[in-house]
Amino acid sequence: MKTNTIKMAAILLASTALVAGCGKKKVEQLPPAAEGTDYGQTQPAPDAGAGQIVPGSQEDFLQQVGQFGDRILFETDRFNVDAEDQATLQRQAQWLARYPNTRITVEGHADERGTRDYNLALGERRANSAKNYLISIGVDASRIETVSYGKERPSALGSDEQAWAQNRRAVTVTVK
Amino acid sequence: MTSFSFYRKLASFLLLIVGSHSLMAQTPPPAPATDEPELVEFDTSKTRSIAVPALVAPAPADTPAGNSAALGRQIAEVISSDLRASGVFETQGPNGLRAITLPEVTAPQFDYWKGRTVEQLVQGFVRVGGDGNLTVGCYLYDVGFGNETTRLGFNVPPREWRRAAHKCADAIYAKLTGELPFFDSRIAYIAETGPKGKRVKRLAIMDSDGANHRFITNGQSTALTPRFSPNYKSILYLSYVDGNPRIYVYDIDAGRQRLITQSRNPTFAPRWSPDGQTILYSMAVAGNTDIYKISASGNGTPVKLTTSPGIDVGGSFSPDGRQIVFKSDRSGSQQIYVMNADGSNQRRISFGSGRYATPEWSPRADLIAYTRIAGDFRVGTMRPDGSGERLLTDSWQDEAPTWAPNGRVIQFFRTAKGSGKTSIWQVDLTGSNERQLPTPVDGSDPAWGPVLP
Repeated sequence: MKTNTIKMAAILLASTALVAGCGKKKVEQLPPAAEGTDYGQTQPAPDAGAGQIVPGSQEDFLQQVGQFGDRILFETDRFNVDAEDQATLQRQAQWLARYPNTRITVEGHADERGTRDYNLALGERRANSAKNYLISIGVDASRIETVSYGKERPSALGSDEQAWAQNRRAVTVTVK
Repeated sequence: MTSFSFYRKLASFLLLIVGSHSLMAQTPPPAPATDEPELVEFDTSKTRSIAVPALVAPAPADTPAGNSAALGRQIAEVISSDLRASGVFETQGPNGLRAITLPEVTAPQFDYWKGRTVEQLVQGFVRVGGDGNLTVGCYLYDVGFGNETTRLGFNVPPREWRRAAHKCADAIYAKLTGELPFFDSRIAYIAETGPKGKRVKRLAIMDSDGANHRFITNGQSTALTPRFSPNYKSILYLSYVDGNPRIYVYDIDAGRQRLITQSRNPTFAPRWSPDGQTILYSMAVAGNTDIYKISASGNGTPVKLTTSPGIDVGGSFSPDGRQIVFKSDRSGSQQIYVMNADGSNQRRISFGSGRYATPEWSPRADLIAYTRIAGDFRVGTMRPDGSGERLLTDSWQDEAPTWAPNGRVIQFFRTAKGSGKTSIWQVDLTGSNERQLPTPVDGSDPAWGPVLP
């Protein structure tokens, strides 16, 4: 577990370092850690040497899909998958094709500038948009779960347009 | 007058009901609201001055809730606090007022109170009976006219002394404003702690004044959007306890909960029908959210009420149970709609600028409260036909109104920009008397229950 924590910290640092100069759809932070439920946690890595990433793990997924390749972002109250999102999801699908036994949860989120119930519905829509696109390009539907967190788990903590843009997201998380 | 004859006299006019779940006064309930649809506004320019000296404890005795003399003062404090918090009255006492004597309870010294510019006077007594219960007498006098206008009495277990105080305050409020009472009621809400990115959200309940606070869940899984059942025996709320957002009905006495429907789909935005027999909820199937209803008995079949490809969510019954107000983005933006309780005759009622959310039907039937999103989030009201739109609050993010049982006061929660800290507030229908409710930690998603029997 200690090894795992250190790895997570390293990934966070790398994410932050690469942020400068990103376009409007880039994000700065990984989602916050879950609080004790079966929320898609980072896979516990078997005893591996420092710097090694287990193929098929969440760390491997994050590394292979590229910077922020685990998520797609949305406009206010929207849930459509645009060309940029499709490219992101195609990279995810390519990785999933290599690990056919890996299942995923797509987490749908909304920014804080919506009411609680509507945001739960909106998060569900966004997660399903990502799921439906993944299915359309060949990922088996049985491998994909969705969950909406509404506005309950912001990724960016500010109260400004930039933070809200990062929080309107659907994030793919691997499940063992 | 001796104590004995005093109590004989009391016994002749106080109807005393023993029981921990029912408090009844002899005074008939205040006149119901008229059919007049227009707002009957509080005249806040003429706040009336009410004095509430400590209730007399003629034979002070210890009870599990403390000595009856101390209770006499505490009850007066709650009465005074309730009336003051309503925003309609200025109150004096019990602090700073002289102690009254037992004979004064029924024979006030009107000249003395006139000299203190008091317009209304509340006096009473608290006595410990042979059965250990408290007898609380409550009297309202018009100082100017020098006459008694209301009296009532309660017999309560000592631990429920606050309810006797709330009932007394309710009777005074109703008598002096012509409105229905609301102090003797409870609130379910979500207690929040922790940083913005990792909030801990617990289901909690409290009295309408914040007293008798109790956490129901321990915070291990996120809890959201509670609603008390009309009989206060259970609470509908959303929990992530199995990892997904699902509505549960929590039995308060048993401490157990069950899913309202066995579907694997996410369910949210729960509401009770006014008679407590039906549960209204929203469910997302393959991403599309619609509104459903199901019997509260736990063994019915869900009935789907909306079918639009847009998000139909929320929903709140009219007090007669015949209509439902809900939110939909079927027009391209979030707006308020009304439909019959069977899903027929769906029609949009909000046409102002901005988006509209979280509609909630007043228990008086005359208004619908909502969140209006136009830049900032503000709480407002409109008539059920969409006319008469009025905004009551003005802050960065005010959300999710819930009605006081008398339909004159609205609670909502306010989120702070940046920190994400939340707090529960209330405001009356004039948009004035806005105040924050005391909660031990941050609070959101308030849900106000009915007046207790």
